[in-house]
Amino acid sequence: MERRFVSIWFRHLSTDWFSLHRPQLRNVPFVLRTPSHGRMIITATNQLAETKGINTGTVLADARAMIPELQVMDDKPGLIEKLLKRLAEWCIRFTPVVAADSPDGLLLDATGCSHLWGGDASYLKEIAKRLTSRGYDVRVAMADTIGVAWGVARYGKERFDIATGMHIEALMNLPPEALRLEADTVERLHKLGLHQVKQFIGMPRQSLRRRFGSHFIMRLDAALGQEIEVLEPIQPIEPYQERLQCLEPIVTATGIEIALRQLLETLCLRLQQEQKGLRTALFKGYRVDGKVEQITIGTNRPSHSVNHLFKLFENKIQTIEPALGIELFILEASKIEDHLPQQEKMWGESNGLEDARLSELIDRLASKVGMQSIHRYVPDEHYWPERSFKQGLSLHEKLTTPWRTDKPRPLRLLPTPEAIEVTAPIPDYPPMLFRHQGKVHPIVKADGPERIEQEWWLQQGQHRDYYRVEDEEGNRYWLFRLGHYHDKTYQWFLHGYFA
Amino acid sequence: MLTLCKIISVIVSKKVDVISRLQMDILRLQGLNSLSGKAVSIGLGEIENAFPNASFPLGAVHEFLSAHAENISSTNGFVAGLLSSLMGSQGAALWISSSRKVFPPALKSFGIEPDRIIFVDLQKEKEVMWAMDEALKCSALSVVVGEMSEISFTSSRRLQLAVEKSHVTGFILRNQYRNLTTTACVSRWKITSLPSESVDGLPGIGYPRWRVELSRVRNGKPGVWEVAWINGRFVHVSKLSSALPIGDALTMGQRKTG
Repeated sequence: MERRFVSIWFRHLSTDWFSLHRPQLRNVPFVLRTPSHGRMIITATNQLAETKGINTGTVLADARAMIPELQVMDDKPGLIEKLLKRLAEWCIRFTPVVAADSPDGLLLDATGCSHLWGGDASYLKEIAKRLTSRGYDVRVAMADTIGVAWGVARYGKERFDIATGMHIEALMNLPPEALRLEADTVERLHKLGLHQVKQFIGMPRQSLRRRFGSHFIMRLDAALGQEIEVLEPIQPIEPYQERLQCLEPIVTATGIEIALRQLLETLCLRLQQEQKGLRTALFKGYRVDGKVEQITIGTNRPSHSVNHLFKLFENKIQTIEPALGIELFILEASKIEDHLPQQEKMWGESNGLEDARLSELIDRLASKVGMQSIHRYVPDEHYWPERSFKQGLSLHEKLTTPWRTDKPRPLRLLPTPEAIEVTAPIPDYPPMLFRHQGKVHPIVKADGPERIEQEWWLQQGQHRDYYRVEDEEGNRYWLFRLGHYHDKTYQWFLHGYFA
Repeated sequence: MLTLCKIISVIVSKKVDVISRLQMDILRLQGLNSLSGKAVSIGLGEIENAFPNASFPLGAVHEFLSAHAENISSTNGFVAGLLSSLMGSQGAALWISSSRKVFPPALKSFGIEPDRIIFVDLQKEKEVMWAMDEALKCSALSVVVGEMSEISFTSSRRLQLAVEKSHVTGFILRNQYRNLTTTACVSRWKITSLPSESVDGLPGIGYPRWRVELSRVRNGKPGVWEVAWINGRFVHVSKLSSALPIGDALTMGQRKTG
């Protein structure tokens, strides 16, 4: 496919931004200044000041002498970069690949995009119109290569949409500055009387390289399309992304649902054909006022089921605030995994944890209560009871170590052991009775002790001596003594209940 | 004369057939799906005779009452025993709770792979109810256990309707319940612990033993049994009494039907 690029040149980017915020500056000559080497230097001018002959780089005092009514503001460092990034994000509505072209422009990879706006001319017109209505003075050009689009936007005279294959002709009448060269190279070219590209483009390459360096040749080749130039998009392009432009801004939840379903259908069809499934997805709505609303979902196993994914998004649609309307929807699958069609049993029989219906249920629960409240546990190699299991990372994580059954463990374990009062006859014998929450439990049968030492590499403290005891009513408890009997500081705790 | 007798006996036997078929139809309409044919044994031995058709109702919701912490653990033990036979070697279960204290590694001694149970820990009982309703609709699960202290008739009816479609078995553990209201569950159990079954007369704690009280069962015969859990199965099932304790019988009478 023929590649097409658009270059947008903001002629007075920072001053335009200042006049947007202070409309009174629009009709007066106005410059931005910044201190440099003890003087005030003009860093940006507006249209009026420029027509009166003030250029950037002029010393402020000189400019004041030329125009006494000149308005001056302090330049904000980093403003240009911030503005360009915001504008580039806004321009994503025209093409997915937008790059900031510091210091005063944007570059758009418009390959295969303009037909959506009814041709190159109306595409450019739309871009220029929308940016002008926002208050920016722009010139927009389109060509087969970045170099020519850049040059035409800044130095072109009549036509700005250069037709496919015509970029070399368009380049001929441009001045050498249009090739994005260094200032001293341009100066040297002008000194030699080479005021237009056509005057030197036919010269032998080797002599050009010898005189003007390899950077000059590189720029020339890039403009001619002999060298491929790569744009660095402001937002990395997700390989699995679907876009939906809206004719009218969408403001209702029903409208958003329709858009979402439509995007899911196209995305899922593609995923299905490539035997992939998505694990996380991002649904973005670009609002009329330039803000971006977004919701994300995650699944436990790769999925390309429209209904299931739609259900996950459905709960979160209320959180989208359409304000004045959403004009562009984007659905991105940010995490993709292989999803091979599984041989599934026809009816009834469950596949246990491998079952797709189970992971869909978990996704549904997680979308409402959050994944942090859903746990699957796998054994961990620790003796300390609270650490003897850990949270499994996924539904399909295999056990690395078996569950231990050699020591009896209570079915219910208190999250924090509760202090009890105990009467114990002699050291290391199980207690005779214990008092818990005011009730006395005389002990009839007992087992133990089982000593569990602190894992000193994780935690300091005293060891625990565990006893299994049964009281008169037949209730079974897990008690422990913290510390040695002979130390005066030992304490007894109730830690769990046996079945 | 002989032929007349034969005809009468045939008519009578036909009638018996019709009546038993109608009884089955009624059970099915009441939501006891598992009764359609073969009896499923889940290792409860004699207790299973208390249920209609002598089979434990799968695809239904059962209710377990426990008043205080000690009862909760014995109930958990009994339920874990049921879970192990219901889950088999492949099944998965969901354990939904708002105040869970179950210690996963201990489930292994009840024949359950603890990693095949997914624990859902929620903040409020209302969320537990919602999650349980969602989970019971998912036929990929074998069992869903929900811990909630209170449940209204309407919400228990919701759960019952959910399992009728999916054939998942649901256990509601009513821990520290306050009101004993009518529910649409097929059975109501109360498990309390008994002194343990000592091993060969040795000192120390033996196998867990419980008093299992089936205080209400739809179309079945309530009763009280003594059950022990020995080497991975319910054994020593002895029937203590078929009559209910007086207090429960009174409340049963007032309730008329379940």
